Amino acid sequence: MTAFRPLPSPRALCAVLTGSLALFAAGAAEAGMAYVSNERGNSITAIDTDTLAVTKTAKVGRRPRGIIMSPDGKAIYLCASDDHSVQVIDPVSLKVLRKLKSGPDPELFALHPSGNPLYIANEDDNQVTVLDVEKNKVIAQVPVGTEPEGMAVSPDGKILVATSETTNMAHFIDTESFKIVANVLVDARPRFAEFTRDGKKLFVSAEVGGSVSVIDPATLQIIKKITFKIPGISKETIQPVGVRVTSDGKTAFVALGPANHVAVVNAETFEVVDYLLVGQRVWQLAFSPDEKQLFTTNGNSNDVSVIDVPNRKVVKSIKVGGAPWGVVVAPQ
Amino acid sequence: MSSLRAQLLAATTAAARAGMTVGRLAVAGLALAGIALPAQTAQAQPSNPATAAPAVLEVPIGLLTREVPPPPLYDLAAVPEDDAVAGAALAIKDNNSTGTFTGQHFTLNTTSLAEGDDPVAAAKALVQGGNRLLIVNLPADELLAVADAVKPVGAIVFNVGALDDGLRAEQCRADVFHVAPSRAMLADALTQFLASKRWNRLFLVVGPNAGDKAYAEAVKRSARKFGLKVVAEKPWTFGPLARERSDSITKSDALVFTRGVDADVLVVADEAGDFGNYIPYRTAEPRLVVGTQGLTASTWHQAQDAWGSAQLQNRFLRGTNRTMRPTDYQAWLAVRMVGEAATRTKGDDPAAMAAYLRSPDFSIAAFKGVPLSVRPWDQQVRQPLLIAQPMGVVSVAPEDGFLHQRTPLDTLGFDEPESKCHLN
Repeated sequence: MTAFRPLPSPRALCAVLTGSLALFAAGAAEAGMAYVSNERGNSITAIDTDTLAVTKTAKVGRRPRGIIMSPDGKAIYLCASDDHSVQVIDPVSLKVLRKLKSGPDPELFALHPSGNPLYIANEDDNQVTVLDVEKNKVIAQVPVGTEPEGMAVSPDGKILVATSETTNMAHFIDTESFKIVANVLVDARPRFAEFTRDGKKLFVSAEVGGSVSVIDPATLQIIKKITFKIPGISKETIQPVGVRVTSDGKTAFVALGPANHVAVVNAETFEVVDYLLVGQRVWQLAFSPDEKQLFTTNGNSNDVSVIDVPNRKVVKSIKVGGAPWGVVVAPQ
Repeated sequence: MSSLRAQLLAATTAAARAGMTVGRLAVAGLALAGIALPAQTAQAQPSNPATAAPAVLEVPIGLLTREVPPPPLYDLAAVPEDDAVAGAALAIKDNNSTGTFTGQHFTLNTTSLAEGDDPVAAAKALVQGGNRLLIVNLPADELLAVADAVKPVGAIVFNVGALDDGLRAEQCRADVFHVAPSRAMLADALTQFLASKRWNRLFLVVGPNAGDKAYAEAVKRSARKFGLKVVAEKPWTFGPLARERSDSITKSDALVFTRGVDADVLVVADEAGDFGNYIPYRTAEPRLVVGTQGLTASTWHQAQDAWGSAQLQNRFLRGTNRTMRPTDYQAWLAVRMVGEAATRTKGDDPAAMAAYLRSPDFSIAAFKGVPLSVRPWDQQVRQPLLIAQPMGVVSVAPEDGFLHQRTPLDTLGFDEPESKCHLN
């Protein structure tokens, strides 16, 4: 049931044609597979999104964290933080095909909508590395604030956003000139950035500040700071990390870390409408392609929770490797 | 050019006018951060003068500390010469990383007092030099003298060294923020850990110094607070055996003095580190040692690597070639608090910063897993404390299950209803 999807753009086609043989050797991702990086297990786990069963676990580099997929579904990109590299993994065999020059301590990254280049946050080095994934060549290194982490590319591919955890800013970087064109101050320890599909809103979570700032990328103003309150859970443990917004822009899901809940937010009014109890230290989130399922990585309970999106119900928890960190679902 | 980028550039120009910093400062950031880029990689270029950033606000910070006496011939854990200073210097770098984007530039001006130097005169000189934000790493009496001397000129003081409970009680001052933990907090943290293990019976061994007695008092108070029992208390009368340099450090009377006491743990009160490390394994009965040595409570620890602190530890280690000590961390935190206050108040006015720091709006990320803030009733920084043995973190206080209506962090130290502090 290998699904070959049409290539998203001429630029990506070009990228693949000039790409390395390794990429050709890779099969496309099977439809409906979730891939989870296990930070302490040094492995990735593949989950069939129909049966919700683990189909395969494979050893990867040390301290795997950020995990994304190429638009053509043929490659998984994985930050192997303690190996100081980004690994390119075949979604079918889960074999490491190539290692890319990520710069030191890569944690999170974002891919240009065309599939190239890759923008990598080097947390220990206060910079963003821009990497041509075909040539495995560093195109630029952009100095940003202290401890960059969250990375997002606008849907039109023109603007890259990097959040710096100690500087507490979202840096807006022009993807052609690699210049920082603006900085927006948010709350303490911004962890993750997510554009809405129309590019009109940017959600930035602040782990220690306990808030999610919604920024209008056109005016650079914070439209709203979303805060959370769960009865019986102390304010300090509510630490927003992963954020996902449905493609219709109507609903946002926010992982609240050690509060062990995912908040459901009306992405138009910014009202928090529900809190769903998931596993312990919920970190990152990923939708299934039809957006009917949401997968959450729960770092302290070593499992993945599956949320039924339309019914806002947690339907299953799936045991994975040690300290699951990131998750991506194929096809993208 | 995409519409989004066009809008961004327009907004950026507006933002520059409104005091937001762009383009050119990002380049300044390159230079400041000392990052050399390979020639083939793209670099940010100065933006055109029309979008030039406003003048940079200089924020000088004073650090007042005392010279560390040179260690004896061999001291495996000597206090480093740059204790506290290295932590503050690292935070200056962190602040300036934000400052390049906000148009603020922080500098550290350190005065290290030699023996006999007057701390008040030195503090006044620092303030006259423009340092109205003072980080002070001095004992309680000198801290108070400094705080009272600089108050009339509107300076504020960050205590990063003095643990005395009195500074947070009868002797509290409105111009002093306590970044160092109080002895009450340290004792509460350790006692919570013991209570969570149900190691309820304590054998207290108290050193001869005033700080040792104060620490012992704090332990007794904590024991009452959390339902533990001090079953025995003995003074240490055998001298600084942990530091003794001789060919025969074994003292028979020191080896037998723990005999016949039935307790779960032995708690040492030895702030100077004179004998606490002599006791483990030399007790008559097999006995765990906690307190100022053995298992300790502290704001920071070399083995701490959770919550992203590996990054901070690494930055510190690279810059200094040594591990970060609690005093370094406290000085780092104090300078970061100034940085955060300068960012959020968009200025350098100490009064505005103090108002912000003691307000409920203030919280800061400091690699402790939860935001830190300031208790408005005594201006003590509320923070988790690490329960650690020399090479590993064992637990983090507040322990699970110690609840408080405001925040579990307020189970450590003096709570509002019992506070004897009247700020003025």
